[in-house]
Amino acid sequence: MSALLSVVDVGKRFRGLIAVDRVSFTVEAGEIFAVIGPNGAGKTTLFNMIAGVLAPNEGTITFRGERISGRTPDAVCRLGVARTFQIVRPFPALTVEDNVVIGALLHRTEMAAARRHARDVLATLDLFDKRDFRASALTLPDRKRLELARALATDPKLLLLDEVMAGLRPTETDRMVEILRGVNRDMGVTILLIEHVMRAVMALAGHMLVLHHGAPIAKGKPEDVVRDQKVITSYLGQESI
Amino acid sequence: MISLWRDMNGRGQVAVALAFLVLLFAPVAATRYLLSVLTLILYFVYVGQAWNLMMGYAGQLSLGHALYVGLGGYISAALWVHFGIGPWLGVVPSVAIAAAFGAAIGWLGFRFGIEGVYFSLLTIAFAEFTRIGFDHIGFVGGAGGLFIPYEESRLGEWWNLRGSQVFFYYLAFGMAVLAVLLTALLARSRLGYQWLAIREDETAARALGIDVFRAKMKAVLISSSMTAVGGVFYAFYYNSLFPAQLFDMSRSIELILGPIVGGTGTVFGPVIGAFVLTPLGEILIAVTEKAGINAPGAKAIFFGLILMAIIYLVPTGVWPWLSQRLGFARRRS
Repeated sequence: MSALLSVVDVGKRFRGLIAVDRVSFTVEAGEIFAVIGPNGAGKTTLFNMIAGVLAPNEGTITFRGERISGRTPDAVCRLGVARTFQIVRPFPALTVEDNVVIGALLHRTEMAAARRHARDVLATLDLFDKRDFRASALTLPDRKRLELARALATDPKLLLLDEVMAGLRPTETDRMVEILRGVNRDMGVTILLIEHVMRAVMALAGHMLVLHHGAPIAKGKPEDVVRDQKVITSYLGQESI
Repeated sequence: MISLWRDMNGRGQVAVALAFLVLLFAPVAATRYLLSVLTLILYFVYVGQAWNLMMGYAGQLSLGHALYVGLGGYISAALWVHFGIGPWLGVVPSVAIAAAFGAAIGWLGFRFGIEGVYFSLLTIAFAEFTRIGFDHIGFVGGAGGLFIPYEESRLGEWWNLRGSQVFFYYLAFGMAVLAVLLTALLARSRLGYQWLAIREDETAARALGIDVFRAKMKAVLISSSMTAVGGVFYAFYYNSLFPAQLFDMSRSIELILGPIVGGTGTVFGPVIGAFVLTPLGEILIAVTEKAGINAPGAKAIFFGLILMAIIYLVPTGVWPWLSQRLGFARRRS
């Protein structure tokens, strides 16, 4: 099986500061891959390079055999990589449905088809009943799911999730875990998540990468990684699982 | 268009149909003065709608739309006066040149990340230096103005836009109706939704695969082209053009007041806005004259106060408030 996403020797510096230092990993089609690490480890910088927000100083990122590093966010999305934002960015004055319609219009030119697809996605994410609400009227958990719905409506092959669990209560986290499992299993979407909530990471990820000071310190299956001494001292030590 | 109709309930549809019929048959009953006011209103509906596409939908604030009115007017008038090229043909180069100016502003603004108020300043700058430029172009009369000769014998030459008040009324009416239909069509199109996304959150729009630069360029091109057509109408309706009048900042402001008062980002906002503001101006002139208030600027002060009151009372515009009050919007199931 060839890798869906491969990150090879990617690095990013901001003036003198090395934010991401020669990171390499691959995400296979169909899996859920997690990137964890303490604050300031370079997770978001890495995420932004994959999403096209930042161009790496060195290394390459390829998606389905095509180089995506250095492309614009919209070009990356059109290739099949959708993302969510850590601090959600719904279109506040538009209805929930119209928010998702905009995503659905990426690969659809017919309004009716886009609307049908948007409603299907909303139904999958339990937002169908709220489709006529303004996005600004939603609660945080609902807004997180709207963000996810909008991204999914673009028919991505790969979904990038930037701390999608942040700010959710444990019960809401469990619900989101269930939704993401469904998205991965039923819609066949590969997921790359950056996450702090270990409970969610352990429940979802097939493979993971641990970053510390911009460099990878461990890689592999979650059950092995959490026993790694370096990971425990740098990250998990403060936060038991 | 069909969706515009379907989104309204029976009451809304009756109201719109009635308004359409009243305007269609207005020349039967209206006096010449009333007809001239209605013509002006419909002209403002048209240009207001053109501006609304760019600001209300795509979220790009242009404060220099007088630029496109002026270019459209001047180019078509010059072609007619100097070369005898009629406006129906002259509208093509007028629109092309106005669109080229729009493209230049858009390219500078959107390519180099001149956003928000700075973009607005850019639009003002273009209108201003074009005004100064036209002051010095002798070919179009410079600051002394360009005049389209008014010849009685030519009246009725609709193919040269020479006609009576009724003729210009129906021309403005047709343009206003087309502008409303075009807005309704665009608002429910893929491009319309891309504009809304950009207006609401550009970063999120980009993350959903929208080519933001392209969508914004389309907005400025469509808006400037439409506005230039309004300029052609203006030139042949008023027959006299002065740079200080056409390109002036106050003309840009005048043009956008209607949609702002009526409600930006709505199909009927610019319509209601024009129907509120233009008669208000006329009424104030009559009232201040009757009351014997001759102080210069008295009308403008009252106009400003009423404008403030409207914006304070219905900040999102008269149309959203009105359509809700009168129960025009269909509840979506």
